[in-house]
Amino acid sequence: MEATTQQPLWYRIVYDKETRSVAIQVLTIALLFAFFFYIVRNAIVNLETIGKGYSFSFLWDASNYDINQTLIEYDSRSPHWRAAIVGIINTLLVAVAGIILSTIVGFLLGVLRLSHNWLINRVVYVYIEYVRNVPVLLHILLVHGIIVNTLPVPKNAMMAFDGTLFLTNRGFYTPKPIFEPAMWAVLIAFIIGIAFAIWFRGYAKKIQDATGKIYPVLLISLGAIILFPIIVFFLAGMPINLDYPELAGFNFKGGLVLRPEFVALWIALSLYTAAFIAEIVRAGIQAISHGQTEAAFALGITPGRTMQLVIIPQALRVIIPPLSSQYLNITKNSSLAIAIGYMDIVATIGGISLNQTGREMECMTIVLALYLSFSLLISAFMNWYNKRIKLVER
Amino acid sequence: MNEQQTYAPGTHPDLPPPPSMVGFIGWIRENLLGSTTNIVITVLTLYFLYLIVPPMLSWLFLNAVFEGASRDECRAVMEETGRKGACWAFIGQRFELFVYGFYPEAERWRVNLSFFMMLAALYPVLYDTAPYRKQGLYYAMIAPFIIGWLLIGGLGLEPVPTEKFGGFMLTLVIGVTGIVGSLPLGIVLALGRQSHLPAVRIVCVAFIEFIRGVPLITLLFVASTMLNYFLPPGTTFDLLLRVLIMVILFSAAYIAEVVRGGLQAIPKGQIEAADAMGLKYWQSMRLIILPQALKISIPGIVNTFIGLYKDTTLVIIIGLLDPLGVGRASLADTKWQGLSTEVYVFVAIFFFVSCISMARYSLYLERKLHTGH
Repeated sequence: MEATTQQPLWYRIVYDKETRSVAIQVLTIALLFAFFFYIVRNAIVNLETIGKGYSFSFLWDASNYDINQTLIEYDSRSPHWRAAIVGIINTLLVAVAGIILSTIVGFLLGVLRLSHNWLINRVVYVYIEYVRNVPVLLHILLVHGIIVNTLPVPKNAMMAFDGTLFLTNRGFYTPKPIFEPAMWAVLIAFIIGIAFAIWFRGYAKKIQDATGKIYPVLLISLGAIILFPIIVFFLAGMPINLDYPELAGFNFKGGLVLRPEFVALWIALSLYTAAFIAEIVRAGIQAISHGQTEAAFALGITPGRTMQLVIIPQALRVIIPPLSSQYLNITKNSSLAIAIGYMDIVATIGGISLNQTGREMECMTIVLALYLSFSLLISAFMNWYNKRIKLVER
Repeated sequence: MNEQQTYAPGTHPDLPPPPSMVGFIGWIRENLLGSTTNIVITVLTLYFLYLIVPPMLSWLFLNAVFEGASRDECRAVMEETGRKGACWAFIGQRFELFVYGFYPEAERWRVNLSFFMMLAALYPVLYDTAPYRKQGLYYAMIAPFIIGWLLIGGLGLEPVPTEKFGGFMLTLVIGVTGIVGSLPLGIVLALGRQSHLPAVRIVCVAFIEFIRGVPLITLLFVASTMLNYFLPPGTTFDLLLRVLIMVILFSAAYIAEVVRGGLQAIPKGQIEAADAMGLKYWQSMRLIILPQALKISIPGIVNTFIGLYKDTTLVIIIGLLDPLGVGRASLADTKWQGLSTEVYVFVAIFFFVSCISMARYSLYLERKLHTGH
């Protein structure tokens, strides 16, 4: 060591590992700073030349545009930040709805893909290969095109489920529930049901640990969560009014409307992601060796409980990490909404607001920051869940 | 008279299985009608297929119209014959547009030539049994530059502005450039993320996580709306080039994560052994670690490439004209309005064929590289 410190600096940078690594890091940081300094300086000069600053005050100006699907109060006199919030809510709405639908369809397809029935196995395989190998944007446009071009106009709407759902090219109409005050009782009953189910689960486990007696936990929990609120609902005299959609002129009035953009985006994203989830589920279940099932049977565990206690917990460990990245993908892919005019974040603050105010820098900063925080939130949650179910090793 | 053959106990040869257990019938019994649930599933699936497949076939082929000069002509033919199907005449009329975009007609030989040069370059890269592979690989290294010159022009060729690029040709340009560019960058990022130098590691992690946290479409918006602000005043920057850079960066972050998975799967003993042999960092990476890590990562890498290839369709949102963009632009023509389904189905078939070929190649490569026991 003494010898190397005597060498000239350039010699040590080339031949001494310690010195070299410090030099490389200093160089990396210096280059990075130089790069950022350069682009920020360019940006300042460029913005000054065209007389724009970097300020977010435009967010409080009136937006002057309408949004066709708003879950909160909004009109064209509302400020830009409110438009951004409408966009965020719309993004979250389609992402959450998509995550739920794609998980259900994906697990179903994944299980069918493992079926011993050759025919269903092949049909699902062909379907999955088709969906996975065609761009998601194409799926969205195709579903949107089919809804807009082939469904009838509201005047001769397609009826489904005995007049409770109208399919038209202007959207899907269904009765809108209007809650009366007594609905609170039902909500409270629902919460009590959940609390009871949680308590009962712990109680049943204690009894099982002590005596070996097994209660039908799932059945009783479902009864408490679903049946109890339903009974309360009828006792309270059915405190729900339905607002039926009615044809008025060229379109339906009243009722709950799912706009074609939302439906197209939701269905296309869900089906696309479901194909990937199906493959993940299949791989997860196949990763569990058959010996596990046989061992469980040898211990006299019933097939249902084998699935519940042996296979699914182990398969979930394999399934969760790739599943979480699919959930991230569905959230990010929802940004394709802009192609069919669904007003999500990219279409509101990153689209119309950007074009109206000419504030590219600020709008894109907001959009990028929002997506980054969604991604970090989802991956933090999935990491937490993954840690909870992870195999505890030595 | 048949003589009764007798056997000592235990010496009787096996009887053939009953005919209902082997061959076609046995297969059907085993795979389609094994149990009650199985029969129900089979019947339901057949009914479902009956509902879906015949209408689809009739729309796609049997009742489709293949010739005509406008949608009205298609409609007239259909009304005359009472058929109701696709109007493929539209695709036929606009086929060149779908392939070349707005590339000048007189110069289209350059696109064709580039396409064959690309195939010729891909062959030795993809198959190690190719004849003259070594020379082929040298050719593959210089081919991208020749192809770039052919497509853009200059130096004796008529220059073609990149706004004229379009159709399937544009998809291939973005897809192939993205793939070629993102693999090396992704590997470097993955190595950086595994580095012992904190500064290098933090920079790589920050870059990868940022890119993976935002959708490609927002990055394309950044490229199209605000990248010019970050360049020295007065520079203008070709839109296609900006898109290519973004696509490469985007895909490289994903490749980096896949390669990192491969690197983590290599036991520590490998790098220790390389150190013990006195190999330098880059030598041990190049000769010991990366060959093994990349082999494990092949399925993931190809999946990323397929994703990138499919994502090239997003460029229509910032105004480039890939096949979807060309199709949507043509639909604006009053002669052909309302034929969006035909366009989408046609483009979907193109993507399906390209992506499934990539997936098949990945399977082939996995089998070939499977040297374990």
